[in-house]
Amino acid sequence: MSSPLNLADAHPDPAFTVTLDDREIEALPGQTVAAALWTAGVTSWRTTRGEGRPRGVFCGIGVCYDCLVTVNDRPNQRACLVPLHPGDTIRTQEGTGHDD
Amino acid sequence: MTDDRPHLAVIGAGPAGLAATVAAAAHGVRVTLIDSAARAGGQFYRQPAAELNAGRPQALHHQWRTWQRLSDSLAQHVEAGRVTHLTDHHVWLVERRLSQEAGTPDGAGPRDAFTVHALLGPQQEAPAEVRADAVLLATGGYEKVLPFPGWTLPGVLTAGGAQAMLKGALAVSGRTAVVAGTGPLLLPVATGLAAAGVEVAALVESTDPKAFVRRTRALAAQPGKVAEGARYAAQLLRHRIKLLTRHTVVEAHGDERLEAVTVAALDADGYVRPGTERRIACDTLAVGHGMLPHTDLAETLGCGLDGLSVQVDDEQRTDVPGVWAAGETTGIGGAALSLAEGHIAGRSAAARLNGTEPDRRSWAPAAKSRTRLREFFAALDTVYAPPARWTGLVTDDTVVCRCEEVTGGAIREAVDGLGAGDVRTVKLLTRAGMGWCQGRMCGPAVAGLAGCELTPSRRPFARPVPLGVLARAGESEADLPTAAPPDVLPD
Repeated sequence: MSSPLNLADAHPDPAFTVTLDDREIEALPGQTVAAALWTAGVTSWRTTRGEGRPRGVFCGIGVCYDCLVTVNDRPNQRACLVPLHPGDTIRTQEGTGHDD
Repeated sequence: MTDDRPHLAVIGAGPAGLAATVAAAAHGVRVTLIDSAARAGGQFYRQPAAELNAGRPQALHHQWRTWQRLSDSLAQHVEAGRVTHLTDHHVWLVERRLSQEAGTPDGAGPRDAFTVHALLGPQQEAPAEVRADAVLLATGGYEKVLPFPGWTLPGVLTAGGAQAMLKGALAVSGRTAVVAGTGPLLLPVATGLAAAGVEVAALVESTDPKAFVRRTRALAAQPGKVAEGARYAAQLLRHRIKLLTRHTVVEAHGDERLEAVTVAALDADGYVRPGTERRIACDTLAVGHGMLPHTDLAETLGCGLDGLSVQVDDEQRTDVPGVWAAGETTGIGGAALSLAEGHIAGRSAAARLNGTEPDRRSWAPAAKSRTRLREFFAALDTVYAPPARWTGLVTDDTVVCRCEEVTGGAIREAVDGLGAGDVRTVKLLTRAGMGWCQGRMCGPAVAGLAGCELTPSRRPFARPVPLGVLARAGESEADLPTAAPPDVLPD
């Protein structure tokens, strides 16, 4: 079964645990929030201010600001840019991220 | 030992910025290479995060030997103290100090005339400033995506975004993808995803293959590019990727995330052929309609633009003294053209900063390939085109401005009902383009719906800046001569 990690012959250090809301997910050293969430099968982690619609990665390079997420209590972080560290807490973000 | 050498700030560590950096550093200039990523490479040579320990990153790349040569040269120059590589620096403004001090006759300007303002790290809250005698803008480009119903669903991403996540994070968003839109980027994205284990259900290209035949002369002048095309064709076959030309995605379906797309054939006038619609199940749609140059830093510096691109002369100089530009920011043309332009820009800057007239013969091979590649991409540009009637696919309830959730209907109301005839008026009436991305994503669509050409947006800052950083910017300039004496400045 080919995967991007196999294709690039990647041998990262062991995965660590971070939390997404109330669940634990695994992340590899060097992975961004977006990559770890994708690997966990999650493609959406915020809802929009107006219509409450789900959003996730769109541009993947930090230009579109669609993948905003709350990391370690800081809202509006771009999931495609922010790397994860052991114990980080990721929370899905609703609206502006400043409501709760 | 090095302090009296002139100092060039290169902004962007993609192909253009790297080529410029190594060329300038090799010719007597101290270079600070400033880039937003953790590793050099830009988008084309985006490297996997170091911690992922990729033993074979080249499996995700093209022209790997060129990258190795560039990154080896960069490492040598860094080692020798000729280049400082600042990673995780997100530049939001380049300021040109207005000074009584006269510039040098060759236009290099006074020493330390420029201040590059950046935000540090992924959090982008703490500031950093770099002073330099000249700047070289290699800020690259970003992808244009035209809207269609369902394009905001999670699972729909830009073609370049799919590639960036694959190259940089070794991650894919699902198991079954459709790659769609138009342009030369779609081929490597489709074959790259397939090689990484994603089932690519279709490559949907709106261009008519006959258009290539009409441009055979421009293509024949680039045998390397023809061979590249043949390699991709072979890879599409090998991965059993179905190529649908003269087709477009008319809608993406799903509730909380993408579940399928509807594709349809286009007629000669760019209309969807009724009855050709078919549904393809997929969890990922990678879609793109070409590239746009990042010109914010150049615009704020006052550089002249040619259409949407920074205008440069044959040495890659902008019309602002001390400012060079190279790569996609001066016009979309791919990595090879960026390398040629970067090399020329670096050589020119090095000569002029050292007070000498550059020897154009020294970059003749680069100039020759620059000419040929610009012709090639001009021809490609006439070939690859989004469906001529793409605005017809934008229903009234299709979200056009993703940030502010402004629909096609609201924009049409502003245009047809309220008389808005340009992007700025539409923005004032609807908020389209007023959100986080500052209209980078919706700009082309709003212009199309308003029936006008896309024009430069004139954003004063290249990215959002915390107010505290803005308030303190330039505080350290107090020791430098400024237009106003310090005692009249407010506390």
